Amino acid sequence: MEQHDLATVNQEHLTAWDRVLRARQPQRPHTLDYVFALCEEFVELHGDRRFGDDPAVVGGLAAFGERTVVVIGHQKGSDTRENMRRNFGMPHPEGYRKALRLMRHAEKFGLPLICFVDTPGANPNKESEERGQANAIAECIQAMTNLRTPIVAAVIGEGGSGGALAISVGDRILMQENAIYSVASPEAAASILWRDAARAPDAASALKLTAQDLYALEIIDEVVPEPPGGAHLNPQEAITTLGERIRAHLDEVCAVDLPTLLERRYAKYRSMGRYQELADVLLRSVRRG
Amino acid sequence: MKELFRRSRKSFSSAEITEQAQIPDDLWVKCSACREIIYKKQLYDNLKVCPKCGHHMRMSAHEWLGLLDVGSFSETDVHLLPTDPLGFVTPDESYAIKLKKSQQRTGMADAVVAGVGSINGVVLALGVGDFSFMGASMGSVYGEKMARAAERAAEMGIPLLTINTSGGARQQEGVIALMQMAKVTMALNRLAAAGQPHIAVLVDPCYGGVTASYPLVADIIIAEPGANIGFAGKRLIEQIIRQKLPAGFQTAEFMLEHGMIDMVVPRNELRDVLARLLRHYDRRRQSERLAASQAAYANGRP
Ligand SMILES: [Zn+2]
Repeated sequence: MEQHDLATVNQEHLTAWDRVLRARQPQRPHTLDYVFALCEEFVELHGDRRFGDDPAVVGGLAAFGERTVVVIGHQKGSDTRENMRRNFGMPHPEGYRKALRLMRHAEKFGLPLICFVDTPGANPNKESEERGQANAIAECIQAMTNLRTPIVAAVIGEGGSGGALAISVGDRILMQENAIYSVASPEAAASILWRDAARAPDAASALKLTAQDLYALEIIDEVVPEPPGGAHLNPQEAITTLGERIRAHLDEVCAVDLPTLLERRYAKYRSMGRYQELADVLLRSVRRG
Repeated sequence: MKELFRRSRKSFSSAEITEQAQIPDDLWVKCSACREIIYKKQLYDNLKVCPKCGHHMRMSAHEWLGLLDVGSFSETDVHLLPTDPLGFVTPDESYAIKLKKSQQRTGMADAVVAGVGSINGVVLALGVGDFSFMGASMGSVYGEKMARAAERAAEMGIPLLTINTSGGARQQEGVIALMQMAKVTMALNRLAAAGQPHIAVLVDPCYGGVTASYPLVADIIIAEPGANIGFAGKRLIEQIIRQKLPAGFQTAEFMLEHGMIDMVVPRNELRDVLARLLRHYDRRRQSERLAASQAAYANGRP
């Protein structure tokens, strides 16, 4: 695993909130920017075959280097009009069911899966609940835990809670330098735990949602550098750098035989969590004390 | 644990519940749904279901153990204790202190009780959430206990029963908490490979990261009448759509109507329904064993 000394990559000292703002920068490259720049012969596939076609999730077949891969990603817009159409990258259940269908497609044809994560979260509205948002996310997670093909996921902007996890369980999880990944939005956490949404910058810092934090916590596999000032200032360089790193990780996971890969994926997620485990004797003394 | 089940009941042992009812200082309780004043003993004898309106009140994890055969439960993984991996501090209190207070108040290490027990003699692994411990939010200990319950069930070749209530992933553990959704789901693959069922019971309330992970991909999903179940909280949705949600939105009945769960089962019938389901899987195993022994006999290797 490569370690980048971020202080030397760009001479900045950024707070967690600075990263949040950069992660949300509308001019950051989004999923389709990466796909069109890094892949050839992209064929977008539509629809979940059950209800509809969610514009907040895109995916399809693409040539990435010498490999054909399946790509799936949340899709934000770069302007208001596009964002309205894409629902700001917040999927409805049919978005996750489209993703699920594409995961199965990748598995069926032995194609590696590349996922781009960029969502504030799964869409919280009435229709999403009626159509089973929880079930749609749960099914994606379940599929990815034992999908019989290599999976590399990259967080390219916002990794918003369960709605992000639904397409980012895999063999390698990368995050761009200014991307964030969080159990809850800083605003939501601030309004619950600080009782004031305006305290979002404090919540952002407490939640340890930056790529640097999550690398230190061994949740992600690599922090991918961005151009000075952030990906939005030089999208082409950001895209090229991430493309190289995805390529390197894909080469590694594709070289591993499938049973070993699945065993490693099991071990990777099974080991996530921080707890203490006391021996019986010790526990009794703790309870007495 | 055995002392909890001094009394055996036809459908559901409420020994532990009745024990609490003997506390003399508040003999009467008010039903939060119909506002009726109920004699506490009557309420607890009725498995904490309001005798007037049928409202299902919340049960502690230990109260839920009354679902099992008397004396059959043995708790596992009691040594798992939560930590404060992020050093999470808010102006009100730190996560470390909040944990300590919750532990003192509830007598639990964290929000899940796990173990092995039986229902009508069928042995199963069990994981039960307790809403009184930090809203049964899913952190590392919650995830680890559920994952181990699934792996234990797989190893022992027995079904897994989870009773789920939660406010969602535990924010104080950040993305580590989020990853528990994947971890428990991962462990359930072992159970599936072992050919054993996961039966999930959803009780009030069940939201967020817990709903959106292992319970909703269970083989059988049961919910209690009136239980609030959903992904996003009602208040959040109302804020966003700027209108009131209809009555009955995100209830167990709503989930049934929208095809998300198998059935809504009142608490006093739950044990019988579980017993019947477990018999089906158990009968299947018996016929498999019979077929295996007949095949062995036919091959001259009895
Ligand atoms: Zn009532």
